[in-house]
Amino acid sequence: MAEQAATTATTRTGTTSVGIDIADLKPGLGDSVHDSQRIFRSLLEIMARPGKVIDLEHDLDVPAPLDVASAAALLTLCDQDTPLWLDWIADTPPLRAYFAFHCGVPLVERSQDAAFALVSDPSNMPRFALFAQGLDQYPDRSATLVIQTESLNEGLQVMLSGPGIPEKVSLRAAGLPEWFWNDWRLNAAQFPLGVDLFLTAGRSIVGLPRTVVVET
Amino acid sequence: MYVAVKGGEEAILNAHKLIAEERRGDTVLPELSLDQIKEQMQLAVDRVMTEGSLYDRDLAALAIKQAQGDLVEAIFLLRAYRTTLARFGETQPIDTAKMAVRRRISAAYKDLPGGQVLGPSYDYTHRLLDFALAAEEGVGAPQATVAKEAVDEDMPRVTDILNHEGLIEEEIACDDDGPVADLTRDPMEFPADRDMRLQNLARGDEGFLLALGYSTQRGYGRNHPFAGEIRLGEVAVEFVPEELGFAIEIGEVTVTECQMINQFAGSAERPPQFTRGYGLAFGHCERKTMAMALVDRALRARELDESIEYPAQDEEFVLYHSDNVEASGFVQHLKLPHYVDFQSELQLIRSLRRRHDEDHLEAAE
Amino acid sequence: MQKSENQIPAAPETDEGYNFAYLDEQTKRMIRRCILKAVAVPGYQVPFGGREMPLPYGWGTGGMQVTASIIGLDDTLKVIDQGADDTTNAVNIRRFFARTAAVDTTEVTDEASIVQTRHRVPEDPMTEDQILVYQVPQPEPLRSLEPREIECRKMHAYKEYGLMQVSLYEDIARFGEIATSYSYPVMVNDRYLMSPTPIPKFDNPKMDGFPALQLFGAGREKRIYAIPPYTKVKSLDFDDHPFQIQQWEQNCALCGAEETFLDEVILDDRGGKMYVCSDSHFCARRREEGHSGSLPDSAAAAYAAAVGAQEQAVRGEREQ
Repeated sequence: MAEQAATTATTRTGTTSVGIDIADLKPGLGDSVHDSQRIFRSLLEIMARPGKVIDLEHDLDVPAPLDVASAAALLTLCDQDTPLWLDWIADTPPLRAYFAFHCGVPLVERSQDAAFALVSDPSNMPRFALFAQGLDQYPDRSATLVIQTESLNEGLQVMLSGPGIPEKVSLRAAGLPEWFWNDWRLNAAQFPLGVDLFLTAGRSIVGLPRTVVVET
Repeated sequence: MYVAVKGGEEAILNAHKLIAEERRGDTVLPELSLDQIKEQMQLAVDRVMTEGSLYDRDLAALAIKQAQGDLVEAIFLLRAYRTTLARFGETQPIDTAKMAVRRRISAAYKDLPGGQVLGPSYDYTHRLLDFALAAEEGVGAPQATVAKEAVDEDMPRVTDILNHEGLIEEEIACDDDGPVADLTRDPMEFPADRDMRLQNLARGDEGFLLALGYSTQRGYGRNHPFAGEIRLGEVAVEFVPEELGFAIEIGEVTVTECQMINQFAGSAERPPQFTRGYGLAFGHCERKTMAMALVDRALRARELDESIEYPAQDEEFVLYHSDNVEASGFVQHLKLPHYVDFQSELQLIRSLRRRHDEDHLEAAE
Repeated sequence: MQKSENQIPAAPETDEGYNFAYLDEQTKRMIRRCILKAVAVPGYQVPFGGREMPLPYGWGTGGMQVTASIIGLDDTLKVIDQGADDTTNAVNIRRFFARTAAVDTTEVTDEASIVQTRHRVPEDPMTEDQILVYQVPQPEPLRSLEPREIECRKMHAYKEYGLMQVSLYEDIARFGEIATSYSYPVMVNDRYLMSPTPIPKFDNPKMDGFPALQLFGAGREKRIYAIPPYTKVKSLDFDDHPFQIQQWEQNCALCGAEETFLDEVILDDRGGKMYVCSDSHFCARRREEGHSGSLPDSAAAAYAAAVGAQEQAVRGEREQ
């Protein structure tokens, strides 16, 4: 499957079979057709214009520890064809049930098997190299990481350049691990392979495709 | 002023009214009913279901009526409808060994367990126009003779019989637990595995496969095929609902299956043995399944270590050009305006022409 | 995006039996994921599970699937074919989305949030608030030189584009110039060789550093690719044979425009012809602004009426 992480075989065995108690579930997108279309357009906009921060307008009551923006992105993009990896804080029965119910998404244990990954605790996240990087002939088969940060208007300022950016644009993100931007350089250096990121904080979300060159 | 390509919504809508008129034909005559098409043009319905990838006789009949009998257009109509349907799950593989056989022949053995069952077939008709069919009163209610004995329930497939002796390759089942390729959801990928190839051929244009299969018989592919078996009949379709955990029968489908047996000299890893080519279609589509089986075998050249020299062995060539919905669309898209490109080419040709004429002038001087 | 009287409101009755914008949600999600990856790897062709559309392959099914996956109720759609809003296929595709997605449509480039095109980039500049969707018949720039998908895919993986360079150079050796006038290959972001679809090479320079996102959909070949805004797009050339666009000795006979792509219109069977803008909206706007070309005003009006009459009539009916 083109859009999927390279390893499909494990996705079936990784499927969650948690019992779902609908009464405890937080709701998904209210109007799945039009909400997901609007959210997708925001995701497309920020992926096409790296560094541009968008505040999603959608009212979503999300389970902890999800941000509104990370939940909206995952509900919009994930389904039974996209293995999802949850980090250790997010990997809880309620969250498993939330994604299983709203997306039918198979959850995977190993980060490298995931098409999408949710990182709610960036300070303890795996390095980028531990996610699917894509293949020489199919660089699209790489993971998309949704990383929840403390803030997208505080923190270390970095300058971004590359496709989608007229000259340069600045970005601040708080709560990222020390190695983050250095690893990002390695990620960008292996273009066309590499992971793509969405960084979120509350309703705010910004896109970082692998083409982005970062100066700290 | 002549303006060929401009046209508005009104022109389009009127074109639709014109085809509706042509489709209806002379209104003095009664309109065709879907039941008539379904019952009296069964082979057309079968082809449309097969290449349209949807087992629904009523919808296939509707598509044939709507397309004025243009089967490729009918196939397209069915495909475009099919793609909007919700997907509930995957059935169990059908078991053709358990088919309620109506026709079963083998060219490889004179007699075999279960016997030869000729069944409905045009094979031995004399192709003389039957003017009785043209008579106003029609043909009444023709009735075939019922055999004295029922067809043997145990009718093993010929390839299974050969299997006992180890003279034919084992059918190497792909990983049964792994997902089966599905062209209706995922794009083709090369090199293509046999599951994807067979699905492509099953949906492929009968005429295209017929010509390719024929080419292998004429030396463009060296297949040495025998029609091991062709069978036609009804098979059960089973589905395992998640909440039950075991298979239940949800209906039956009519299918035609062809197993070709082909010579194979052996390779470094394999002993000399027969190899297989496989064809399957909805309804009664013998020509299609036989051609499909020939092409399937030819496409296995890579896995059998044969040299790939001929069109029928070239998987990119075959699989990319077999689909008549794609082919028909792209060939006919040449009807769309291309005047921007043509203008570009005009300019280029004029420029090249100027240069050419100048060069010749210089040469002459 | 300001709304204006030029906009045609969505048809009041849309087809209830079908999904919004025809495609089911799962298909849209799959295509949306592919679009995001296409944006992340500019110029690379992402394989996608293309669906049968109710229009034939080759008639814009790829562009339609991309448009169907991005379009929403807030959008205003413009569809052009050969630069014109009123060619049959453009009319038909616009009609499809008005029926299935209940979106407003327009012929005015700067009023559209999405422009779907076949074979042209509009003459009017596009902005950051817009998306340009191309219909792509053959996404593989190497296909005419190497028909095999397996081989082409390797060449892209290893950035092995010598075959293309040699082919262009052979043109120069043989004809004295590069004999490609449309589908002229480009390098995107210095990495991927890309087919700009059969736009005339006249439009190639517009793609470079384009403010709007450009998306490409090939339905039959099942590929999606993209050029993010402000991305380097370079037409292949040689130091001693730099890339050049087409030029005309004439101006547009209707609006007098000097630097647009012109269509040749045959006037009689004695070699009479005139040239008019291929971008029908651009030309009409200029005429409204008072520009005129060599054709007498009365003749220009007659011509415009002849080619635009039906569309005007339809619009008139809708407004009533």
